[in-house]
Amino acid sequence: MSQLALWRSGSARVLPGFGLSMGISVLFISLVLLLPITGLFGQLAGLSLAEYWAIITEGRVVASYMVTIGAAAVAALVNAVFGLLLAWVLVRYEFPGKRLLDALMDLPFALPTAVAGITLATLYAGNGWMGSLLEPLGFQVAYTWVGIALAMAFTSIPFVVRTVQPVLEDLPAEVDEAAMSLGATDGVAFRRVIMPHLWPALVTGTGLAFVRSLGEFGAIIFIAGNMPYETEITALMIFVKLQEYDYAGASAIASVVLFVSLALLLAINIWQGRFVRRLHGGKG
Amino acid sequence: MSIRLQNIAKHFANTQALEPINLDIHEGELVGLLGPSGSGKTTLLRIIAGLESADRSPQPGKILFGDRDVTNVHVRDRRIGFVFQHYALFRHMSVYDNVAFGLTVMPKKRRPSNGEIRARVFRLLEMVQLQHLANRLPAQLSGGQQQRVSLARALAVEPDVLLLDEPFGALDAKVRQDLRRWLRRLHEELNFTSVFVTHDQEEALELSDRVVVMSNGRIEQIDTPEALYRSPINRFVFEFLGDVNHLEGNVHQGVLTCGDARLNVDLPDGNEELLLRPHEVRLAEQPSAESHLPVTITAISPVGAEVRVELEADWLAKPWLATVRHADFEQLQMRRGQRLFAHPRQWHRFPNAESKVTEQSRVA
Repeated sequence: MSQLALWRSGSARVLPGFGLSMGISVLFISLVLLLPITGLFGQLAGLSLAEYWAIITEGRVVASYMVTIGAAAVAALVNAVFGLLLAWVLVRYEFPGKRLLDALMDLPFALPTAVAGITLATLYAGNGWMGSLLEPLGFQVAYTWVGIALAMAFTSIPFVVRTVQPVLEDLPAEVDEAAMSLGATDGVAFRRVIMPHLWPALVTGTGLAFVRSLGEFGAIIFIAGNMPYETEITALMIFVKLQEYDYAGASAIASVVLFVSLALLLAINIWQGRFVRRLHGGKG
Repeated sequence: MSIRLQNIAKHFANTQALEPINLDIHEGELVGLLGPSGSGKTTLLRIIAGLESADRSPQPGKILFGDRDVTNVHVRDRRIGFVFQHYALFRHMSVYDNVAFGLTVMPKKRRPSNGEIRARVFRLLEMVQLQHLANRLPAQLSGGQQQRVSLARALAVEPDVLLLDEPFGALDAKVRQDLRRWLRRLHEELNFTSVFVTHDQEEALELSDRVVVMSNGRIEQIDTPEALYRSPINRFVFEFLGDVNHLEGNVHQGVLTCGDARLNVDLPDGNEELLLRPHEVRLAEQPSAESHLPVTITAISPVGAEVRVELEADWLAKPWLATVRHADFEQLQMRRGQRLFAHPRQWHRFPNAESKVTEQSRVA
């Protein structure tokens, strides 16, 4: 009893509510995040290692990895460039309609991905507005990997903008001015003074966009064409397995996506942590 | 390098930040731009630097560094050093890299060799007494150290003029005092032309060869600190340069009265406002034939070379401040609540904003 009292007084926190808020957080994470993942691994229990390996290395599935990763990489890189530009414009300049553009940035988050997918598919199909302009020039967007990358870029652009924007706001314009007063050209100032600050946020945003693209389904499926070995994405392979009531097979492929995403997120986090510590003089 | 401004004006949207200004700064001078916030002093400094451009209409102004017309020269080609209030150091670079930055971004033709850069950076770091911290990051330094790094960084490119925007504004009093003295010494050693902005009159008077007092986008007075303090050109300058006591009353037949206070003055009849510095107020136990100004001591601050005494009275709208020598303080045995009589040694009067100061001395 006295030991309990001692323990309580010893660990007394000034901020109240730790027990309750932490408990609810853990419960919530368990229900929403951990339980489904556990279910996924439960499904895998029915498979032997050899079966598991056979499923995830099947030719059509491997082709889908290539399509998905390739298109996601292209989409992430495109987003890195344009997301940085958008964030720059939104932070550094004043112009009419700035608030509207800022709000528009979140549209891909708000819009149901299926709606986005159908819109993109009709727009870029051979008889759509954009498609009818591009196809005579030899660019086929719909039903190719370009279409897949386009849909991925659409759904993941906010990740880059919204991670870079606050960091850029935190970087005072005085720093550019200082660089210029020391004789740096615009390019040198950007490369040596601004970019080093934005790197971690840009890499994080791009990484998030990439991971998001790996799992995207709704927006892509209408524009992809879904030709086996050509334009099938991994999320579709999972969907196909489910339709065949092959829950174990679907879980096996899903686990691959999960591992890749988790490993990537973890790597980004660790790298960024090291960088931020450096900026704050080893203390942060 | 001398700086000459001709007809420099600036407006933002609908507000006139600077009215057309002419200003000559001599080679090797240390000039302070002094004024309250919103007086246009920072805008003027940024225009000299090229970080802001002056109005082109109705008439374009002109900025000359020596004989060189820099009006349309980009900031990077003006050969200035700029020190920011919040240092604006490159946080991801070491102290060494910060100072070396201006040298390493030079075009290949003019860039010194690596060894030369290294020697020059260490010479500068030695000058700002930070050579032992060359490998630290800015976040690991104190505010005063960061500002010294930023100064070394600005001096590294050997600028024609050094411009400082409230360089000590973000630092605490003790550090500010040290840095001020140190900047003065550095200026005497290297003899560069420099302009700094401050809202602290003490800083401006202590550091500058000449002070430019500004308000509402206008230059009120340009003078040496002594001349400025002794003969302010108008009421704004007088009030901005130090503590002021006001005495307002009606003059009738050479006597100014205000409640039960009266003072003999040599002025025509009418309403008058007299201004006194705290050191121009003498305190005594008795009134004199010339003045009868009864006051009560409400606060005493015995810190420093003189004792600061706060005085109140029925006839005063705002309390007065008087500075008294420690000897007088002890002789009169001053304490809170004590009633004494104030005797102006001297007073000032600015009948209206435009006319020159009128001063009168009295034998105390």
